[in-house]
Parts: sequence; C-alpha cells; structure tokens
Amino acid sequence: MSLHKHKTFSIGGVHPDDNKLSAHTPITPLELPKMVIIPITQHIGAPAKIIVQRGDAVKAGQIIATHEGFVSSNIHSSVSGKVGIIEEVMDSTGFKHTAISIRVKGDEWVENIDRTDTLIEEIVLAPKEIVARIMESGVVGMGGAAFPSHVKLSVPEGKHVNHLIINGVECEPFLTADHRLMVEKPKEIIVGIKVLMKALAVDKAIIGIEDNKADAIEIFENLLVNEPGISVEALEVQYPQGGEKQLIQALLNREVPSGGLPSDVGVIVHNVGTTYAIYQAVQKNKPLIERVVTVTGKSVKQPSNFLVRIGTPVIDVLIGAGGVPEDTGKIVSGGPMMGKAIADLNVPVAKGTSGILLIPKEDSMREEVYNCVHCGKCIEACPMGLEPYRLLLLAKKGNHSRAKEEHIVDCIECGSCSFVCPSNRPILDYIRLGKTQLRKQKKQ
Amino acid sequence: MSTELLTISPSPHIHSELTVPQIMRAVIIAMVPAFLFSIYNFGLGALYVTTFSVIFCVAFEYLIARYLLNKSASIYDGSAVITGILLAFNVPSNLPWYVILIGSAVSIGIGKMSFGGLGNNPFNPALVGRVFLLLSFPVQMTSWPVAKATLSLDAVTSATPLGVLKEGLRAGESVDVLMAKMPSYIDFFFGLQSGSIGEMSAFALLLGLGYMLYKKIITWHIPVSMLITIFVLTGIFWLSDPNKYATPLFHILTGGVMLGAVFMATDYVTSPFTHRGMLIFGFGIGLLTVLIRLFGSYPEGVSFAILIMNAFVPLINRFAKEPRYGAKRAKDKELETVRH
Repeated sequence: MSLHKHKTFSIGGVHPDDNKLSAHTPITPLELPKMVIIPITQHIGAPAKIIVQRGDAVKAGQIIATHEGFVSSNIHSSVSGKVGIIEEVMDSTGFKHTAISIRVKGDEWVENIDRTDTLIEEIVLAPKEIVARIMESGVVGMGGAAFPSHVKLSVPEGKHVNHLIINGVECEPFLTADHRLMVEKPKEIIVGIKVLMKALAVDKAIIGIEDNKADAIEIFENLLVNEPGISVEALEVQYPQGGEKQLIQALLNREVPSGGLPSDVGVIVHNVGTTYAIYQAVQKNKPLIERVVTVTGKSVKQPSNFLVRIGTPVIDVLIGAGGVPEDTGKIVSGGPMMGKAIADLNVPVAKGTSGILLIPKEDSMREEVYNCVHCGKCIEACPMGLEPYRLLLLAKKGNHSRAKEEHIVDCIECGSCSFVCPSNRPILDYIRLGKTQLRKQKKQ
Repeated sequence: MSTELLTISPSPHIHSELTVPQIMRAVIIAMVPAFLFSIYNFGLGALYVTTFSVIFCVAFEYLIARYLLNKSASIYDGSAVITGILLAFNVPSNLPWYVILIGSAVSIGIGKMSFGGLGNNPFNPALVGRVFLLLSFPVQMTSWPVAKATLSLDAVTSATPLGVLKEGLRAGESVDVLMAKMPSYIDFFFGLQSGSIGEMSAFALLLGLGYMLYKKIITWHIPVSMLITIFVLTGIFWLSDPNKYATPLFHILTGGVMLGAVFMATDYVTSPFTHRGMLIFGFGIGLLTVLIRLFGSYPEGVSFAILIMNAFVPLINRFAKEPRYGAKRAKDKELETVRH
C-alpha cells in the first residue's frame, strides 16, 4: 500500500468498527426456497403493474409486473413455478406493499438468458439500446436506495456528464457483498463500466474503494493497467464514504449543490453491484432476479455472502447461515448505520437488500438518554455540515420553516449524529420527523 | 427465539463507545495531576477543600433534583463531581468549610439546577460559585496559604504573582524589580507559586489537556485560541513598555489562565458548538482577561472573562457555522468548460 494518505471527504464523518466478518467468505448460491414473495415496490418510484394471475406458470426471468411510467421498474420472477396469492405483505420498510408469491417448482429459466460464466467483452448495443435493455431488465441501484438505473442514465437536456464514478466503498460496517463481488467478478464489473461509459458517452470512470479492501483494489489496479479511461482510487475508511455526495467530493472535489443531483456537477454514480447487474442485463440478457446478500452479526455461526433469488424470505437466508442465534434481539435489513430493523422473518429479500445483520439482545436496545451537553460532536460528525442538535430541537418544536432555513432537507440520514451523541439523543429520529412534516406541509 | 421479541427501532443500530458518564470520568482523570500537585503543594488543606466541595456539590445536586424538581437523581452522570472539583480548584486551600458550603450551594443551586440541570446552564457553575464567593468573602478568597513550594521565599510571596505585580505597579515599582522577587518561569511552569488549589502547575494542567485531547473529549480550539490571544496581546503591551507590562510568558503561566484554558472554558455546556465558534470564544476570553489584568482593578480576570463570554455563547452559536456541503460550488476548471 502506498505511503501517502488516501483520499476522503472533507466534512464530518465517523469511524465505527468495520466488523467485516465475512470479507473472506466466497459468494455461494443459496439453496432455492420453497416459495418466494416478490414485492412490486422494490424501487423508488411508482409500483410496477402486475401482469400475472394466480395459478399462472412462470419461468425464472419472466416479467411478472411492468413499470408504470418512467420512474418505475420492471419486476421479474426470480424462480420457476406457479403464481400463488397476490396480497399485501410487510416488507423491510415495515409497511405493507403488494407482493406476488410464487411456489417454486424446478429451476427453469427464460430461454434467451445466458447463464454461463463466459465473459462477453464486445458491446454490440447502441447507447439508447443499452438504456432500454437496463430498463427492461429491472435494474435498480443495489447499494440500498434502489433508484431505477435507467433514470440515472437518462441525463436531462442541458446537463453534461464527464465522469462515471463506480461506488465500491461499502462503508457500512459488517457488509461485504460488494467487496466479494469485486474480488470474484472484477472482469464482469469492468465490462459493466464500459457499458455504462458507452451509454453515457463519457471517457473517464473511477472506481472508489475503501482501503480496508486492499485485495479488491489490487485486483482492479492489475486489470486496469491497459485501460486508460478507467482508474481505481483507494479511499480512507471513514463513514459515510459511500454516500454519493461524499464520494463525489472525495474523488473529484466537486460538491453537489443543495437539492441538486450528481449530474449537476457532471457526474453519475453507480454502485458496483448495480454495475455487475448492468453487465448481466446488457451482455447476458439476464434481468435482475438475484443478488449478493451478506448475512452477518457477532453471534452468527457462519457469516456468509449468498447469491439469493429476489423474494426469498429472510428466514431461508438465515437458515443458510446456520440459523438464528439464540441471543438475537434485532434483525436489520441492510447495514447497522442505515439499515432497517425488520419485524417479521418472512420479509422478502428485495433488489436493494445488501445484507441481513443479526444484532444480539444486549446491543439491540438504545441506552439511557441524557440532556444535550453541547459537546458539538454531532456537528463534527455531520457529513453535510449541518447542526443536527439544532435540527432536533426545531423538529421537536415543530418549527419547520426554521428547520428548512437550517437545511434540514440536505440531511442524507446517514446516522452519524445519533451514532456519536454521548447523550444517546434520538437526533436522526427527530430530523426524519421534521423532514416528513415539512414534506406534508408542502403538499397542503 | 420468537419473532415477537425482535426490537424495532430506526437506524442507526450501533452507537459509539463514548457516553456522557465516560466523558465525565475522563475529565475527572484529566484533573488528577493538578489535584495531586495541589496536595503536594498545600498539604492536606487542598484535600479537605476538594473533598468538602465535591461532597457538597453532589449532595446539593441530589437534594435539589430529588426534592425540588421531583426528578430522578442526576448525580450518576458525574457532572456534579466535576463542578465540585473545579470549584475547589478555584479557591484557596485554607477556605473554611462553611464558605465552601455556600459556594457549592450557589454553584449547583443557582449556577446549574435553577436552569434545569446538566446541559441547560448558560454559565459555568463552578465559576458562578467562585465569583459569588470572591465578591462575598473577599478576605477569605484572597488570602492564600504559603505553599510548600514557595516556603523559601519571604512572606510577601504568599500573595499570588499577579497580586504582587498589580500591587507593585500601583506602588510605582517597575516590572524588573517585581520580577526579581518572584520565582523563575521554570518554577511557574511546574507550579512553584502561590494561588488557588488547581491553578498552580501549568505542567500538571497541560498533562490533563493532553489526556483530554488524546481521548477526543475536547478539541484544541478553545485552549489554543485563548492562550495565543493572551500571549499576543500581552506581548504587544510588553514590547511597547517592558517596564510597565510583564512578559507574555508571565501572563500565560500565572494565575488562572491555564486552569481556565484547560478546564473552565472548555466546559461543553457553556462553550460554543462549532470549531469556529470555539475560536471566537477563546479569543474573547483572552481579550477580556488581558483587559482586566492590565487595566482593571482586579489582578486576575480569567473567571470574569469566561463568565462574560459564556453570555455570548448563544449568539456565537447562531452565527459561527461550519462550512456546509454544497454551499460553495467546486472550482473545477474542467467542469467550467463542460458547462459551456
């Protein structure tokens, strides 16, 4: 590793223990479940429209719900079998959303999907066709937010993009899905990057990886020797390095304006997992129906990285990792900083589910709350340069106009403020409340 | 395990190790060198005063929280212990117990609990108590016992170096003559001087500062800006007239400057939130300290300076903001060309 300090974002940030327990566990396909539950709302935007009925036979890769409007996404069956009940089920957001259940029978795929491991480097599709294929394949951002990828690739008129950033940071503690993918499928990811570069007509791409993944950085450095347009950049381990805005600032020293998009500063960011899915969609005609999910936690018997079919109930994934430990107090979909606690083990794995974290009972409850002692640690930690303590007070008082003046809408909800608060104050909870009420106020 | 027992709460699901009681513990540890030195210097008097002060402060906190505010006792966070130690650090080692009792009552009762307890008080509680005592018991508060370390000097030196300086200058003596009566800078640095319990040894206090910085309890901003301000301002006066004004080093190493910079001004509750605010705050304290020392009637001004600046903290918090992400557009030449 080089002696000079690696790049990082300049405002705020925290250093939780990274706990990457499954960093050296290869990705293994999870055994097919008996049933999958596929929500039609796995992405940001409008729910997809269901086009199958109970009793229909479907194959893996077959479209079962189509996108409604542009900001939406197609949903494919992840297994072969028979469509069962279509009803509202609780998903990882804690809300009920319509989902299609499919009883698994065999493993038959739609014919034109290339399931081999052969690397296809030649990109035959034209830029517009690439975007169309990505849209058709139901690819959404796999880092967590699940924003439809084709929307990101359709840069609005008047904006010019000159850099593609590939987010391989994986700054959430415990999670290793992206790390393993970079170690095991680097060539596919590089082709995926070229596909994206072609679609966006950019000639520069940077892969940003935190320096706790030295193996992944080295693999890319070696593979990219003869690729002048693509580079890999090691980044300091600092949360939230993988936040889109933070990553852009760390790599290019550009700041996305308040309320703006990365394309406002000439950048498009895609996660490595998404890039791999884009490779598969464009080069192998394979829709997004499976993803890598890290199953981890201090008491988990075998912290693992599984290739999981979308819609697999969490319980099936947990059984694959040696079952649910006796001391489990909380189950989180995603990482410990931004993931969502789930209430039900039947919650299905969705396109945005990067990991399942099991937290022991003794760590699952919050500690005693003290008065704010004005230590200023939340301000030091905030990667957006906000004053979280003040936003908490304003949200609590219901003073939304002042909260807006204090840029409450800029909050990326990374949780750094609540993480550092020595008084254990529920800072982010109140900021979320303030943001929600501000949105409601606007609608009225 | 049944699923009904799963905890549901919003993110984040992990928390840093540092909590309020741990911070308070670290601050108490940071005060140990200065405390030990005070016992070495003043003997058991320092121990008695500190013990009384801590017991009284904790007792008042408990009684007021429990019986006046009907809240659960808030003594376990350790903040009352710190107030007690800091009050003791700011008084002479021969202070009678009933004066300490009154000081503790004012510190905790008026300085802290009347505002709603930890986190709500605008003024540093220990300094509220200290200044109250200084105004109410001027004789007891300014007659310092002869410290062990200064025994070899004549009786006059049981006054503080700053007191000697102020009196001497008033009597028309020059700084040179006065300095000749006092210990060397090295002695000042290690604490061989006279004064309140905790303010003796810059060395012991700096050990505490180092510990708090290492443990990331506080940042360097307040102590450094305060010390630099005092050094530069007194330096300007000293250069302008060395016969009338003492050296900047003298001002830094005597009186309550080090104690103030390390433990009093850095109190979370009564200092600004942001680093920029802290720099302004430290500068203000330094400026006021120098003005009081050089032109006021009191020989020492750190306590007053800190209390006055405490009053400005809400204003400083309002305007001294940290740089916000996205507030400035990146000056990327490449980007500029892209835009056209």
